[in-house]
This record gives sequence, C-alpha cells and structure tokens, in this order.
Amino acid sequence: MLAYLIRRLFAAAVMLVVIVMVVFGIFFLVPKWAGVDVATSFVGKQADPAAVEAIREKLGLSDPIFQQVWEFFKGIFVGRTYAAGGDVTHCAAPCFGYSFRSEQAIWPVLTDRFPVTLSLALGAAVLWLVFGVAAGVLSALKRGTLWDRTAMVVALGGVSLPIYFTGLLSLAIFSYGLGLIDAQYVPLEDSFSGWFGGMILPWITLAFLYAAMYARITRATMLEILGEDYIRTARAKGLKEQTVIGKHAMRSTMTPILTMLGMDLGALIGGAILTETTFSLPGLGQAVLNAIKNQDLPVILGVTLITSVAVLIANLLVDILYAVIDPRVRLS
Amino acid sequence: MTAPLHEPTADAAPNAHEEAEVASAKAKDVQGRSLGRIAWERLKRDKLALTGGTVVVLLIVIALLAPVLTHLIGQDPDAYHENLIDPLFGTPKGSLGGLGGDHLLGVEPVNGRDILARILYGAQISLLVGFLSAVVAVALGTVLGILAGFFGGWVDSVISRVMDGLLAFPQLLFIIALVSVMPNSMLGLSGSAVRVFVMILVIGFFGWPYIGRVVRGQTLSLREREYVDAARSLGAGRFYILFKELLPNLVAPIIVYSTMMIPTNILTEAALSFLGVGVKPPTASWGQMLSNAIDYYDSDPMYMVVPGVAIFITVLAFNLFGDGVRDALDPKASR
Repeated sequence: MLAYLIRRLFAAAVMLVVIVMVVFGIFFLVPKWAGVDVATSFVGKQADPAAVEAIREKLGLSDPIFQQVWEFFKGIFVGRTYAAGGDVTHCAAPCFGYSFRSEQAIWPVLTDRFPVTLSLALGAAVLWLVFGVAAGVLSALKRGTLWDRTAMVVALGGVSLPIYFTGLLSLAIFSYGLGLIDAQYVPLEDSFSGWFGGMILPWITLAFLYAAMYARITRATMLEILGEDYIRTARAKGLKEQTVIGKHAMRSTMTPILTMLGMDLGALIGGAILTETTFSLPGLGQAVLNAIKNQDLPVILGVTLITSVAVLIANLLVDILYAVIDPRVRLS
Repeated sequence: MTAPLHEPTADAAPNAHEEAEVASAKAKDVQGRSLGRIAWERLKRDKLALTGGTVVVLLIVIALLAPVLTHLIGQDPDAYHENLIDPLFGTPKGSLGGLGGDHLLGVEPVNGRDILARILYGAQISLLVGFLSAVVAVALGTVLGILAGFFGGWVDSVISRVMDGLLAFPQLLFIIALVSVMPNSMLGLSGSAVRVFVMILVIGFFGWPYIGRVVRGQTLSLREREYVDAARSLGAGRFYILFKELLPNLVAPIIVYSTMMIPTNILTEAALSFLGVGVKPPTASWGQMLSNAIDYYDSDPMYMVVPGVAIFITVLAFNLFGDGVRDALDPKASR
C-alpha cells in the first residue's frame, strides 16, 4: 500500500512537471512559431521597444524554457524576485507567478477564488451523485418500465443540453421571471443563507447535466453486472434481494462511477469555466477565462497548475477508494 | 440468431408454397448477412435512432444549403436592421424578440440581424467542427491504438502513458489556451477560418485517447485469435495483418465511438464560441449567439432560446442516432 502510494505520488509529480512544461510550451513556443513576440503580450502591443525589452529581462523570457520552468517551481518554494535595472518586484514564498498586467501576485488570486469553485463543485457533486446514481439504479432494476423510459429520455435530454443554455434558462425563469432566487454570489463568511441562495441555481444546473450522465452510465453498468455469475450465485445462496443489490451489485457498479467522479470533480475544481461564466461566479474558471482574454500568462499558468493538481489528487483518491469499495481490486 | 422472426413481409399470405419460399429466403439471409447488414436491419427497427438519423441528415442538408436557404427567406445573416430595434432598450420591437413577418425567428438585439439566417449559417460551423474533429480523433486514435495493441512492449507503454496523460489533462482549459494563442492568420487562412481550423485540430487531438484506448483494448484481444495466426503462418507481413486482418474487425467499435464523439465535439465548439475563443464575429455560431444572449436573458429571452434549442436538437439527434448505432452494432445485444 505504502509503496503503491509512493509510486503514484511520484507519477503525479512527473505529470505536473510535464503539464507545466506544456503550458510554457503553449504560451512561449507556439507564439514563437507563429512569429509573435511573447514579451509584447505582457505589456501590450503599442508599448515602446524599451518597455518590451525590460519585461523580457525581468521575466527571463529569453532564457531556455527548461530554466524558466525551473525558476517557476523554485518560486513556489522560496519565492521569487523579478528584477530589471532598478525595477524590482518581489513575490513572496508560495509564488505561482506575478501578473504584470494586474500588478499582483498570483497566489492570493488563487486562494481568493478557490473557495467559490470548490463550493460549486462539491455542492453539485453531492446532488448529482445522489440523484444520478439513484435514478440509474432504479432504471436498471425496473428495466423497460415507464419509470425507466422516462428517466432515460430525461437523461438523454440532459446530456444534450449545454450548461450555458440551461443556466441562462434557469436564470431567466427562476431569478428574473419568478423572482424566487437572487442569483448573486455572496461569500460564505458573509452570510450562509446569501451564499446558499446564490449557489442553489448553479448547483442544480450543473448537477442536472452530470446527473443525466451518471444515470445513463449507472444504468448500463448495473444491467451488465446484474447479468454476472456472482449475482446469480448470491441469489442462489438465498440472499435477500436487498443484500444482492445493495451489497454485491452496488459495489461493482460504483467502481466506474468513482472513476468518473474523480475526473469530473478534478476538472470542475480546476475551474467550472462555463458554469462560472454563465452565473458570474467569481471562481477560478472566470479568472482563467479573463486571463486568457487578456493574455495574462502568469494567471493561466497558476490556475492550470492548480487544476492539474486537483485532477491528479482526485484520481489518486479514487484509486485508493477502489480498494475500499471493490474487494476484487488490490493495490499493488 | 438475429433473424427477425416476425418481420413484416410484403405479402404474408397463408399459402404453404409461399411460406416455404419465405423460409428459404430467410435461411439464405441468415447465412449471407454481414455485420453491417445485421446492424442496418436492427437500426431500421429502432424508431428513435431513425428519427435521430433523419434529423442529422436534415441538419447536414441545412448546413450545406445555408446560402441557398437564406436567399430563399430573403435574409442576409450579416445585414443590420436597426429600424426594428427599440432605441431605448436595444431590444427588438414587438413581442418575442421581433418574431414574425420577414424575420421568422426574430432579430438580434442592438443590430437587428436576422436570427434564422444566423442559425442556418451557425449549423455550418457546428457540423464542420463536429465532424472533422471527430475524423482527426478517429484517425489518430485508430492508428496509435492499433499500433499500441499490436506491437505491445515499449510502443504500447509510450502510447498508453500519453493517452493516460491526455485524459488527465484539464482539457477545456488547454483547448481555450491553445486556441487563444493562435495567430490571426496562418497557412493562407485568416479570421474565423483559422479559428475553425485550429478548433478542429485541437478538439480532435484531445479526443483521440478515447478512441485509442478502445482500439488498443480490442486489438490486444484480437491479435491472439486464430485467424491472425493463420494469416501469419501463410506468410502475411505485419502491416498486412494490421490493416487487412485486424482493422476490418475494429470497424464496429470505431463507428460507435465516432458517432458518440460528434455531439461532444459540437458541444465543445459551442462552448469555445460561447467563451469567446471560437469563431470570430461576424461569423455566425450558436455558441456565440448564446454568449451574446447573456446580457439579454431578462429583456429578450428569445435571443437565448433559439440558439440553445438549435444546439439541443442537434446534439440530441446525434445522441439518439449514436445510441441506436451502438445498440445495433453491439455483438452482445440479443434482439
């Protein structure tokens, strides 16, 4: 178990380095091939050559890419000082870069916005797991009935609806039309009811999409598993149907569901870009989208790194959970 | 085993002679039907899938004929009709977003462009990106998956690691980042054409591991089959076995996964355009229309409903058709 953990953590670390290098590659090498000067994207195209040169020196943009990656990682642990001539900017210890566009370090931006995205992702995940899996299991058990058909039609509709459409629709109906919900984000520290009220529409909209996906997959997996020999054996032993389904079938059904949950949750925590844009939630997704529009590379790099860490951690947790849930899985 | 027992024949007369004829025809049928034929017979009986397929065909026709259709309704997707806009609020005059008369689905707020014409042209972008990125993904996924499965060893290790890595990547983020750093003109293309080209490549690139994994898994089990041994003992070369023996047996899963990939890709394109990194204005795109509609969700809800419903119908049709194709090609299905 410990050896497995260490190996997985090592693989995750390698993956992180690769991701950071790819991000650097995208933002430094691609423009280079395309004949665009990276430094100009930091100061704006109309800036004078001296300013461009200064930013290039300050950020070490002409250094080899490996050295830039190294500087980036070093900054996370010991902080970083950007200096060009007399102009010195210091970025304190967990330095995930410094945005020269908005004149601020990235780390506070990340910590500011992370709780918003996390509460969105976790709240929605609880909803979609409960409703999606329940609907899928019920459909599988009542295969061919009216319930099954209805649930699957709704689910198919759900996976065909883009979140930014259902989001706008729910805003138009519940917030503007009926005036039931004030769709404004309020931080949790300020007011619980305000936070809850602001999050309820994003949660439901996001959860609906995923619940539809999970219901479809749960149903298919459950049906497959119900046809397996060990289920027949369990029934032949005279186990109660409750035990057969709840204990034997559910365990194997949850394995692929958990895999999906790990990936989906990781991806969402890294920025539910579409949901946050639709509902104007000040989360990581919105930050990174704005950064991309402004070509604010340090922010993109920071958020991408956080996202990747989230995806990797989620996947790792899921792999460990496998062993707990499904006795057939042994970590080695 | 899959012969339909009560298939409606043209004239099912209770005549012994005819019945015998039908029976022998059926017997011949059972021997001679290829996988494609069996799948088609099954698909034909799946009403939902057929409906989906019909809508898909219609959409393709609409996309191809968009210039003709807009000409027929007498509208230009880029023409402004500011006289139809309420100057105070910037929203269309009249009810339901200016719907009716010349503008069957109403006009856009502020500039008054005809929504129907823009929806028709938007179909071009959606389908083009959806199909071609699926082609890119299928081509890459099939070749790399089959190589990984067939050769094993370090080839498999490298390709599998790359696939795992790509699947763990925060994809949407990378796609947005990549599309946004692309220059405004390249390879003789400019404006929206560059964006469309880049979207096709990037969406396709992030999609190939899904197909690659399946193809690799199938290849792993297929390469141990007797017919591969037989081909080998007859002196067939590696590439002959790969492309003449294995590939035909992989067609079914590849078709299933590509039909399921198209709607996902259409949604991704719409999402990118929604986020402002897709096609550039004034080129019409459904995602972009929805993105503009955010500001008018309370004052002009029609503007949001029309492109949203267009995306919904398109994706739903592809999903219905894809589900049907999957069921039809599934060897385990016992219908």
